[in-house]
Amino acid sequence: MKLTDIIGPVMVGPSSSHTAGAVRIGNAGRRLLGQPVREARISLHGSFLATGRGHGTDKALVAGLLGMAVDDRRIPDSFELARHAGLSFSIDGIDLGDAAHPNSARLILTGERGRKLEMVGASIGGGRICITELDGLPVNFSGDFPTLIVHNEDLPGHVARVTTLLSDSGINIAYMQLNRAHRGGQAVMVLECDQEVPQEVLTRLQAMDGIVKVTFLSLLPEGEMSDV
Amino acid sequence: MYDSFARLCADEREKNRPLWELIRSEDCAENGQSLSDSWQEMERMYAAMKEEDRDYDPGRLSNSGLVGDEAGRMHAYRTAGSTISGPFMSLVMERALKIADSNACMQRIVASPTAGSCGVVPAVLLSIQEARDIPDRQIVQALYVAGGIGGIIASRATLAGAEGGCQAEVGAASAMAAGALVSLMGGRAQQTANAAALALKNLLGLACDPVAGLVEVPCVKRNVIGAVNAISAADMTMAGIASRIPPDEVIDAMRTIGKRMDPGIRETGTGGLAGTPTAVRIREQIRAAKQEK
Ligand code: SF4
Repeated sequence: MKLTDIIGPVMVGPSSSHTAGAVRIGNAGRRLLGQPVREARISLHGSFLATGRGHGTDKALVAGLLGMAVDDRRIPDSFELARHAGLSFSIDGIDLGDAAHPNSARLILTGERGRKLEMVGASIGGGRICITELDGLPVNFSGDFPTLIVHNEDLPGHVARVTTLLSDSGINIAYMQLNRAHRGGQAVMVLECDQEVPQEVLTRLQAMDGIVKVTFLSLLPEGEMSDV
Repeated sequence: MYDSFARLCADEREKNRPLWELIRSEDCAENGQSLSDSWQEMERMYAAMKEEDRDYDPGRLSNSGLVGDEAGRMHAYRTAGSTISGPFMSLVMERALKIADSNACMQRIVASPTAGSCGVVPAVLLSIQEARDIPDRQIVQALYVAGGIGGIIASRATLAGAEGGCQAEVGAASAMAAGALVSLMGGRAQQTANAAALALKNLLGLACDPVAGLVEVPCVKRNVIGAVNAISAADMTMAGIASRIPPDEVIDAMRTIGKRMDPGIRETGTGGLAGTPTAVRIREQIRAAKQEK
């Protein structure tokens, strides 16, 4: 967390958790997908569901998927703008269970070039967010760093090979987590990095044995993002 | 980010640097930002606060029509010159209303720490700057102090109404503003912490019960109590009145109270004021109006 998340962000009201946080969850979805979103199934949970509409949570999520920033004065018009941008979306309610943060949304996204992504994001206060689930496995990251997410078979050696490749490429890992569905099943590594991971490294990761899916959240401006 | 007042006070003693500098250095080290970039960003926040204060339009109502004109009324009353609270306090109240009204009307504001509580810190800082002719530089420093206090509350408890009720939003904002004020008056870390503790104590247990789930009622007017309470906590501190419960423990109490709060009073828009017959009626009216559209 940064100081300017507390004094800040500059944002369009009325709710940092329900409006700004929702824009950021949408934004994270777009960045994780790595390509413009064509289709989005949005499901609201808990307080997002109970009071989301009045706070413009629905509009904010769509605005985020369109790549708008939290202080964009067009947020209230995002549904209209989505139609122009060729993004079709649906919004409904969901119960993600008691363990889910009350301000959570699940997004099922399809990108312009066919890539798919399913994620759950939570707005945890003051406009800050946490991605809590990605393609079926639990994760926990903020999207404040360039973030690499690797789904792999839960077998020995993967972690070492991935981290070696990163360090050979001059990329420093700030934080790292490992999670798995069950022993010997699918596992997920989340690596929050100090540097952007270049396209070439992503391609090599994807080609490694036992790697199921490589997802990368880049902080670069839209046009410069790698396409996994 | 500092996670306790105890460590902040200890650092002030050891390093003998002003509070705002300690807070900035820690943040920059953690986030790999240069001191000057950080300063510019904070300056931008203060500039945006001035803007939101200027941009208020008394003719604009929120989508629901429930709020929007409060600050206009306060302005008319204040400038007529017969307020009970006096010129300074009534101006602070007007500003808190202005900014909170603008937020409800989907205007651009600075969350501090949240959008619902965005009127508290700027109302206090803009008004003290005007009254005492304080240069921008010092106000930006005070914003660092406010941010540092918010950071401690976020680390030990929460800044989300959905998790901790309104004590975590307007309560936290009030603590931040109180500490910032005392630091502006030359207070040391201990006094700054004391002011934050006094402000927070007075708002412990505050429910988050927005009518129809909208950040409008009671949020807009609660920004006023956040600001006024900050000023009284700062004045009590400058008078030498100490919180008997240490500031970190006050925040810990806030966390446990938040955990014990029923979900109905944690931003779900169902309990507390939001559960009153009038609020239920308002909610139904809004729903019906939406369906008509
Ligand atoms: S009542 Fe709830 S929504 Fe309103 S300001 Fe307080 S915490 Fe925020």
